[in-house]
Amino acid sequence: MKRAVYLFIGVLLVLLLISPSFAFDAHREVLPDGMVLLHSEQPYLPVVHVVVLLKASPFDEPPDKAGLANLTAELLMEGTDSRTSEQISEEVEFIGAELDASASRDYTTISLSVLKKHLKKGMELLSDVLLNPSFREDEIERKKELIIGSLKRSEEDPSFVASRAFRKALYGTEHPYGRLVRGSVETLKNITREDIVKFYKDHYLPGNAIVAVVGDISLSDAKGLIKRYFSGWHGRVSPEKKTCRVRKRFKRTIITIDRDLKQATVLLGHLAVKRTNPDYYALQVMNYILGGGGFASRLMTRIREDLGLAYDVYSFFTSSKDVGFFQVGVQTKNPSASDVIEIILKEMKRIQSQPVSDEELSDAKAYLTGSFPRRIDTMDKIARFLVLTEFYGLGLNYDKDYIRLINSVTKQDIQRVAKKYLHPEGYTLVVVGKIKETGIK
Amino acid sequence: MRRLFLITTVLFFILSQPVYALKVREFHLKNGLKLLVIENHKAPIATFQVWYRIGSRNEQRGKTGISHLLEHMMFKGTKNYGPKTFSRTIQKNGGIDNAFTTKDYTMYYENLSSDRIELAMKLEADRMQNLLLSPEDVKYERSVVMEERRMRYEDDPQSLLYEELIAAAFKVHPYHNPVIGWMDDIASLSADDLRRHYQTYYRPDNAVVIVAGDVSAEQVYELVRKYFGSIKPAKKPLCKVRITREPGQRGKRIVYLKKEAELPYLLMAYHVPSYPERDAAALDVLSTIVSGKSGLLYRDLVRKKKIALSAFASYSGLNKDPFLFFFGGTPVPGKTAEELLEAMKKEIEYLKTNPPTERELQKARNQVEATFIMGQDSIFFQAELVGMFEMIGDWHLIDQYLKDIRSVTPQDVLDVAKRYFNDENLTIGILVPDKRGKDK
Repeated sequence: MKRAVYLFIGVLLVLLLISPSFAFDAHREVLPDGMVLLHSEQPYLPVVHVVVLLKASPFDEPPDKAGLANLTAELLMEGTDSRTSEQISEEVEFIGAELDASASRDYTTISLSVLKKHLKKGMELLSDVLLNPSFREDEIERKKELIIGSLKRSEEDPSFVASRAFRKALYGTEHPYGRLVRGSVETLKNITREDIVKFYKDHYLPGNAIVAVVGDISLSDAKGLIKRYFSGWHGRVSPEKKTCRVRKRFKRTIITIDRDLKQATVLLGHLAVKRTNPDYYALQVMNYILGGGGFASRLMTRIREDLGLAYDVYSFFTSSKDVGFFQVGVQTKNPSASDVIEIILKEMKRIQSQPVSDEELSDAKAYLTGSFPRRIDTMDKIARFLVLTEFYGLGLNYDKDYIRLINSVTKQDIQRVAKKYLHPEGYTLVVVGKIKETGIK
Repeated sequence: MRRLFLITTVLFFILSQPVYALKVREFHLKNGLKLLVIENHKAPIATFQVWYRIGSRNEQRGKTGISHLLEHMMFKGTKNYGPKTFSRTIQKNGGIDNAFTTKDYTMYYENLSSDRIELAMKLEADRMQNLLLSPEDVKYERSVVMEERRMRYEDDPQSLLYEELIAAAFKVHPYHNPVIGWMDDIASLSADDLRRHYQTYYRPDNAVVIVAGDVSAEQVYELVRKYFGSIKPAKKPLCKVRITREPGQRGKRIVYLKKEAELPYLLMAYHVPSYPERDAAALDVLSTIVSGKSGLLYRDLVRKKKIALSAFASYSGLNKDPFLFFFGGTPVPGKTAEELLEAMKKEIEYLKTNPPTERELQKARNQVEATFIMGQDSIFFQAELVGMFEMIGDWHLIDQYLKDIRSVTPQDVLDVAKRYFNDENLTIGILVPDKRGKDK
């Protein structure tokens, strides 16, 4: 009886959510030079968001020059052929706009948010930093020093220290996922101006670009904008190099880092799947029940609500181009660390050996599908959503497909993917804290 | 996740254009509850918020952190709904819920698709009057909050320095106390303490409901009447705790914090008025002008002199009582906090002798305008903005504030710098890194 009721609610939700009143219309077009243009008109506010995603990432840098992709992106804002760094920031801030460039694990983005009345100025600045960066020697040195300083500051953050050790243990430093996007003090020193200029020439190309224009602007105006401001952008993309292989190993590994802290920061996990893996959706539902669903999750219920052992505990599967990972994270006073780790492992085993309840399954689906509209409820979110669905090849109908795929997950699927992708025996554990007090060896 | 109570230094600017001004509808229930509704139909979603006029400002010695712990307990069940129900119910309806406590107020919210908003009303009205507060639950939640305190303060040198700085800047006013409370107080709070606090402050005439999104104001009013209208009005008038005023500061104060850290850190705080006092708008404009990559602090301290990795100024006038204007930053490796302090003081001296240019002022106005318009893309932000003004007195102050910001002159900015940025009004916090033993 109960199941029927929930199912009914689930169906109702789906119908509501895919009602045409909300599904936003997006246009996709491949331009002659290979650039993909995505557009969605959102006339509610006199604002335009432009996001340029470039297929340029740490995958394209040699391990001993880690940080190259990020440094190149950050330097876009530090001077062009006709503007100094100060001029760029002054002009951007004068019109109340935001213009940022940054690299992440799989790609680089340059994004502009601007009031419609300043759109021309904003686009002029965006195209200038994207097409004409000067990479001045003094700016390169200055930026390197700032990044090195920020790395030092990060050492104070136990989550940062733990996460870096965790990634390194999973991937090694040959693979970009095993390094920091910002690089390290040593690798940054190895980067020369020539490296940066070459990286820019090889990867900052229209054929590598996905551009989303979202806001108070029509399709023809958006196309006109691209034509006008990106017309000087040429160059052919060379075929993608082979990415380095991830060696999947599932061997219990324990890393402890001793720090004078009240809490132990615990990360536990292992390698998992690529974003394109068809089991991705079943994993999302499984993970929601295990540790992704906040107060609805088993880990939070057990560790925080029943035992008061932590303020927060979570788990996730990363979505990435190459093989991603599964991670559980928690911070608890040093003496509780062992108990908490035991609970985590127990819950991982339980979800493998016993089917989840009907209620857990329907609740998880209802949340994942029902919260979807809020993932695209601002222009900025829509623009990011568009470039990322394109980059990961999820298709223009992803908003509808997602709901269908989540709803098709069964209890059997959940147990199957838990068995296949969780490794409660072959995990990597990182603990940062006062190790003696934790009793971990 | 009952998160975030700090961040009083949220950047905050407003300026409106007639077309994009917020349209707020105000309603009153007989039991004293106020309802504010902002219709926004761009997406089928809504936010439902309940604001209580109670924060750490109203707390007594020995009971610090009680407002924040009570906020946690608000998720632990009522007579009608058991524990572990609230967030689950919201989530399985596709929504998300959370709450935060500040020094002046406590806010609860649910973000949902707009056709589910009745659910949030039902649950919020229920926990306004029927909270369980079992001693067993209090025991566990207290340890959760103690973990939260370890995470946010004890193990975070910069936050800990902030706590030390505030405590030194305010000797007697309750802003002296951290919102999360002192560890010793948290450990001693009982279910009885919480019940008293709950009964004193969680009443319709001390709460404001704010709804924004794809809703009809009339319908929301009807529904709020249905769920909240039956809550009995409080018998006695709200007892007002007397708040000790902070006497004027008469000399520089410096606090040092020694803690395992990689780099020093500097914080400076000057006592300043809050909105709607006259100087608040000029102080806000001043902080905007010196911030950002084109602002004075980055330009001079980070770029030119290369003494800081980061440098900031921060001010929010949205407090019930006078609060602080902050400067701060991290020195580059090899430089000390004292060196950064000297350099920062030179910048502040500069501000006291040079009014901003007309272009700098225009830049600040443009930024304020853009932030306000872009912010309206988020219904949550819209509701929050209205709520923050309502908490300091009256949401109508938004309009006045916009006018005040627009009318700030270069001379006003110069005047406030001269008036407040003086040594006898300054508290300095310095993080002294304590070298740790080698790991690995």
